[in-house]
Amino acid sequence: MTPEPTTGAAIRFDGVGKAFAGPKGQVTALEDVSLTVQPGAVCGIIGRSGAGKSTLLRMVNGLERPTSGTVTVAGHDVGRASGSALRGIRRDVGMIFQHFNLLASRTVFGNIALPLEIAGTPSDRIRVTVNDLIARVGLEAQRDRYPAELSGGQKQRVGIARALATRPKVLLSDEATSALDPETTQTVLRLLGDINRDLGLTILLITHEMAVVRDIASHMAVIDQGRIVEAGATYDVFVRPQHPTTRSFLSGVTGVTLPQFIAGRLEQTRPDAASQEVIRVTFAGDHATDPMLARLTGQMGIDVNILAGAIEEIGPRPFGNLLISVDAMRGDDARAYLERHGLLTEVLGYVR
Amino acid sequence: MSANLISLLIEATWQTIYMVAASTVLGTILGLPLGVFLATSQRGELLSAPMVNRVLGLIVNAARSVPFIILVVAIIPFTRALVGTSIGTDAAIVPLTIAATPFIARLVENSIREVDAGLIEAARAMGATPMQIIRKVLLREALPGITLGLTLAVVSLIGYSAMVGAVGGEGLGDLGIRYGYQRFMPDVMLTVVVILIVMVQLVQSVGEWIAARVDKRAARNRGH
Ligand SMILES: Nc1ncnc2c1ncn2[C@@H]1O[C@H](COP(=O)(O)OP(=O)(O)OP(=O)(O)O)[C@@H](O)[C@H]1O
Ligand SMILES: [Mg+2]
Repeated sequence: MTPEPTTGAAIRFDGVGKAFAGPKGQVTALEDVSLTVQPGAVCGIIGRSGAGKSTLLRMVNGLERPTSGTVTVAGHDVGRASGSALRGIRRDVGMIFQHFNLLASRTVFGNIALPLEIAGTPSDRIRVTVNDLIARVGLEAQRDRYPAELSGGQKQRVGIARALATRPKVLLSDEATSALDPETTQTVLRLLGDINRDLGLTILLITHEMAVVRDIASHMAVIDQGRIVEAGATYDVFVRPQHPTTRSFLSGVTGVTLPQFIAGRLEQTRPDAASQEVIRVTFAGDHATDPMLARLTGQMGIDVNILAGAIEEIGPRPFGNLLISVDAMRGDDARAYLERHGLLTEVLGYVR
Repeated sequence: MSANLISLLIEATWQTIYMVAASTVLGTILGLPLGVFLATSQRGELLSAPMVNRVLGLIVNAARSVPFIILVVAIIPFTRALVGTSIGTDAAIVPLTIAATPFIARLVENSIREVDAGLIEAARAMGATPMQIIRKVLLREALPGITLGLTLAVVSLIGYSAMVGAVGGEGLGDLGIRYGYQRFMPDVMLTVVVILIVMVQLVQSVGEWIAARVDKRAARNRGH
């Protein structure tokens, strides 16, 4: 056995593929996925329904085995572990679920104690550990209640406390906030953020909501039809999205979409007749657009129509998105000017 | 009714209770593990053993489709080999247990299959062994359903135990037939029927009470 490396990735996917035997032959859920999650990172994986998010996540604790490639957690090859070695790895990886998966027959205390009972922890140690966890997630008053008597947010807190009971190094979250209302989602995300900071826990979470990624993830990956199409630091992906899937997720969260009367008339190639070029302008950090657009008109003599816009925050860093249109004849000049001043531009199309 | 008849009734009642209790205990000892296995051994499940699962499933179905009265007669040689006689309460326990076992197995299987697959998943993710999942998750979560299933089994066994009276068993069924029917004593018949009704009611009520006690799935108003 090789000793566990003290440095290196917390989670590593290396050319991972997964095929399921379906009724109509093989279904490819994942193809050639490579991804590295550093210790202490919060990595958000976003994708549409059926993209392969859950399959990817479930490989980290061996609930699913790769058909090709390797999945490594803290230096252990999960895909090839079995029996007690696999159970040992699983104790180092906590997991929370969309539908909480709490035992209806056990109280809050009993549910959080379960992983410790399974690990064979003596009962006096269990009592101390569980009471600490209950305090950490703020459920002291619900200690002896059953899940049926808890709200969704409280249930997920139990789920989180349970996942932390064996002091794992990695926490997996499968749509943990999808069954919660927006306000409760915020409190649960804040709790996960606190845990990440206080315990240095690596978190891998999957979601179909860009807002969740924005609010908590330091890194993100976009998965589409079983492939990772984009990955990197969350801020970078938000500011410079490359893939159409990423962009469509982003337009959902930033709320910056073309007004319907323009989107319906948008043409991809520039028409010969007089037309307007529709441009997305993204500004990161402290760049302010207002004076930029004013100067575009003043210095370059280019008139600007503002179609939509919003400012977002990722962690402490702001970034903004603006949809504008200019006379198509002057489009190249306008974009060159803006790019020169540190803004990112992208041509969305043309309208007559 | 004469004092003699009353003591006969009391004795027959105890015999019925004995037969039902013994076959319930034996049927549970055999049926519970069988039901757990049936519920967890299909392809891809915890104890995945699809061939054994199919064979046991066929045997259970076959046993359950034999009418009880035919079962009693058909296994007389087996009963005699086991307890040395084919009449009396001890002999009656053999066919009662054989009828109870597959019945209880299927009831346990159904209750366990109703446990949310997400709980098995969560327990696997915690690093639980299959036996830990069965003990700490499946059996405990299925307990309300299993309790109601056992209640149903006891009620059925009370009925079956009256039937074995017709073929040499003892107990209330035997008394009802010998006195109530053959000697035409309708008051004995009526008393037997009333005792059986009371027994069934009691079992049903106690069973439902226990099931409600162990069932934590619905929110209760806890008054504090
Ligand atoms: N056990 C399985 N057997 C067969 N096919 C499966 C199995 N699990 C997943 N799949 C298939 O693999 C693909 C990816 O599924 P997965 O559950 O990973 O998607 P997802 O991104 O989590 O979707 P959702 O957002 O709806 O949860 C889907 O086409 C799905 O039908
Ligand atoms: Mg999923």
